[in-house]
Amino acid sequence: MTPKRKRKLTIILGLVSLAAIAVGLTLYALRANINLFFSPIEIAAGDAPFERQIRAGGMVKEGTVRRNPDSLDVEFVVTDYVEDLEVRYSGILPDLFREGQGVVVVGELQPSGEFRADQVLARHDENYMPPEVADALENAGYSPADFQQKAGEVTKEGRSANESTASQY
Amino acid sequence: MWAFIHKLGSPKWFYDISARLQPWFWVLALALIAVGTVWGLAFAPADYQQGNSFRIIYVHVPAAFLAQSIFVTMAVAGVIFMVWKIKIADMAAAMMAPLGAAMTFVALFSGAVWGVPTWGTWWMWDARLTSMLILLFLYLGVIALRGAFASRDSASRAASVLAMVGVINIPIIKYSVDWWYTLHQPASFTLTERPAMPTEMWLPLLIMVVGFYCFFIAVTLLRTRSEILRREANKRWVRELAGGIR
Repeated sequence: MTPKRKRKLTIILGLVSLAAIAVGLTLYALRANINLFFSPIEIAAGDAPFERQIRAGGMVKEGTVRRNPDSLDVEFVVTDYVEDLEVRYSGILPDLFREGQGVVVVGELQPSGEFRADQVLARHDENYMPPEVADALENAGYSPADFQQKAGEVTKEGRSANESTASQY
Repeated sequence: MWAFIHKLGSPKWFYDISARLQPWFWVLALALIAVGTVWGLAFAPADYQQGNSFRIIYVHVPAAFLAQSIFVTMAVAGVIFMVWKIKIADMAAAMMAPLGAAMTFVALFSGAVWGVPTWGTWWMWDARLTSMLILLFLYLGVIALRGAFASRDSASRAASVLAMVGVINIPIIKYSVDWWYTLHQPASFTLTERPAMPTEMWLPLLIMVVGFYCFFIAVTLLRTRSEILRREANKRWVRELAGGIR
C-alpha cells in the first residue's frame, strides 16, 4: 500500500469510528426513549408516568384472563415473573392473545396502579413450531405455554443481565 | 494478491470473468428460489400459533438479510473505490443500490402484512422497524446523491461517503432487538446459533436465503457488465467488442 492510500484509509476509518461513537452516545443517552415499552418492574419502581399514554409489555399471567360475558371487557395481569400489572381493556384482542403469550399494551397508567389499555398488541417470540410438535409436547406433559414461558424467562434473564450492567452507570 | 485485486479491477478482465460466472448464479438462484418457494409455501408445516401466516418468513427473512448485506457490500465497495481508486467497485456499488432499496421495501412491507394478524398492528415505532425504515431512506439517499451531481466522480465520492457512514445503522438494526425492548422478536434464523424452529421449517428458509444471495450476485454482475460498457464506451476493447474498429 502506498503512503497516500494508507493515509486515506486511516482518514476513512477515523471518520467512520467518530461517527459510530457519536451515534452510539446518542443512542445511549436516548436508551429509555428507544425502549418500546415499560416492563412491570419499571412500573412498580415508579419509572412510568401516570395518566399519560405509555406502553407496557410482558407476559399474560396464567389463569388471570377474566372476560365479561356481556361485553368486550377483559381484565388480565401482565407479568415479567417478578412484578405484576393489572390491565383492563375493552375491545377486540389479536388472534395470538392468550395466557402465557407476550403482549404490549398501549394506554394510561392510573394512580391506583391499574393500567387502562386502549390497544393490546401480541408479541411473538422467535420460536416456531408445527402444531404436531406442540401437540406432542402437550401429550408429554408440557404445554406450549410452558415452552413459551421458558422462552420468556430466557429472554428476561438476558434482559435483566443487560439492565444490571446499564444501571451501574 | 495485490496483482490479483488490480486485475479484478480492470474492467475488461471483470467483463470476461463475469460472463463465465453469471449463468451459474442465475441457474442457482432460480432453482433455489423455486424449490424454496414451493417447499416453504406448500410443504413446510404451519406454525401452531400463527397458522399459515408464518410463511411470510420465507420472503421476509431473506429480503431483510439481503437489505443489510447489500448495504455493507456497498460500504466496502465505497472504501475500495476511495482508497484504491478501483472503478469497478464504484460501478458495482451504484448498480446494487436499487436492489437493496427494493429488498428493504419488501422486508418492511412483508413485515407489515404479517404484523396485522400477528401483532394486531401493521406499524409500531419500535427500534427494529424504525432502524429498518432509516435503512430504506439511506438507500434512497445514496441513489439520489448519485443523480444529484453533474460530475460522475463527485457523485461517486459523495455516495461512497454516505454508504460508509450509513453502515453504522447495520449493527443497530441487527442488535436492536437485543439492546432494547421491541415489538419485533429476536432473530429466529442465525448462522451461529441453533435455529428456533424444526428442520422441516428451517431448511426451506435456508434454501431461500442462499437463493436470494445468488440472485443478488447474478443481478449485480448483469447490471455491472452493462454499466462497464456504458462507461467504457470509448475504450478500444469495447469498440472491438461492438464490431471492430472503424
